[in-house]
Amino acid sequence: MNWDWQIFWDSFPRLLDGLVIALQATVVGYLIALVLGLVFALLRRSRLVWVSAPVGLVVEFIRSTPLLVQLFFLFYVLPQFDVHLSTLMTGAIGLGVHYATYISEVYRAGIEGVPQGQWEAAKALNLPARRTWTSVILPQAIPRSAPALGNYVIAMFKDTPQLIVITLPEMLTTAQGIGSETFRYPEPITVAGILYLATALVMSWIARIFERRFGTVRAA
Amino acid sequence: MSAGLWNYMFEGLLVTLQLTIFGAILGLVFAFAAGLARLSGNKLLRGMGFAYTEAFRGLSALVVLFWLIFVLPTVFGVQLAPLFAGVLALSLNIGAYGAEVVRGAVRAVPQGQIEAAIALNFTPWQRMRKVILPQAVVAMIPSFSNNLIELLKATALVSVVFLSDLTFGAQLVRASTGNTAGTFGLLLVAYGLIALVFTTLMRLLERRAAASLGRTVPPGMIARIFRRTEASA
Repeated sequence: MNWDWQIFWDSFPRLLDGLVIALQATVVGYLIALVLGLVFALLRRSRLVWVSAPVGLVVEFIRSTPLLVQLFFLFYVLPQFDVHLSTLMTGAIGLGVHYATYISEVYRAGIEGVPQGQWEAAKALNLPARRTWTSVILPQAIPRSAPALGNYVIAMFKDTPQLIVITLPEMLTTAQGIGSETFRYPEPITVAGILYLATALVMSWIARIFERRFGTVRAA
Repeated sequence: MSAGLWNYMFEGLLVTLQLTIFGAILGLVFAFAAGLARLSGNKLLRGMGFAYTEAFRGLSALVVLFWLIFVLPTVFGVQLAPLFAGVLALSLNIGAYGAEVVRGAVRAVPQGQIEAAIALNFTPWQRMRKVILPQAVVAMIPSFSNNLIELLKATALVSVVFLSDLTFGAQLVRASTGNTAGTFGLLLVAYGLIALVFTTLMRLLERRAAASLGRTVPPGMIARIFRRTEASA
């Protein structure tokens, strides 16, 4: 057993800074995913095949290819098109676009779960399409999606270590940095693992509370 | 692109496929062990199953991989072969998700089936093997199909710890040709195609399994792309 407790405890402050950056990437990425996911879900429902089919293809493609490679792509290819973003933004966009494809399926299930009678009622009241969506369908569909949406925040947070490949100083990158300075990798990596696990458990606990409070559709 | 570079990519492809297939096999073992343990009457087994699924669903496969590669050798003096470390990290991770699938599918078997097996005086083992699992496994396949794609995607992580998989090969190609957009674009398409092959195979399996119980299956990936659920209006 070869273990240095001094480095173990000394790693915490810097890794907590990394945790903050990982959480920032998660929050920004999640906001992107929530909005883009809804856009994907609505476009895939379009009655125009030349809209719904290409969007469907793109969504399935993004969903079945590795986030890691998508991050590489964004990180190296965007600057070639003169798009210069900070690594945090690049990472958040990568996470956001990837998870938007998952979240669009969650919205889809939520929208399909809205009873048929609601559509008919909106039609009977002569509501225009926009109001049907904003006042009738989405207010019922989104709370239905809440439990699964919460799980994706956690999943996304767990994917932040992949941002190491675009050199974002999140926790795993920091752990590796401490390792190369002190020539001790085990302690910082273990601390990072503990912090990841603890954060994910806290997040799933919060998600459960949130789900219990907001996850139900208001009775009509 | 020279023949040597294509060779790197091809060997990388083989490593990616090996990681996916061995990871899936070992992952299945973890999934069934933990999933059934969580349903067991034994408190200790239940606790172990719970601890395993919560821990590995809360950890990124990349962190587990780093731990196996950087911590295990220096602290415990256990040096795993890189490919095995990759398979182990990926399967521990996917197994935790699979365990939930196993648990859900077994619990979804109608209670009457279990009562019937008890009435027929089956032993618990016979009940599991002849009545519960044949029905539960069919229900697991669609979720396992998703898990397999997640696993395929996760194999790209090994390139971070310098295992020469498909992504690693592409990085070498990119470094020597300088064609970034083309290389990574092609790499994404390659992963998409591998995923398509795996989903197609899993669909066949799903269809056969469902047919064996006299059921039909919902539309798959290709059908989903063209799906256009009409609003009633």
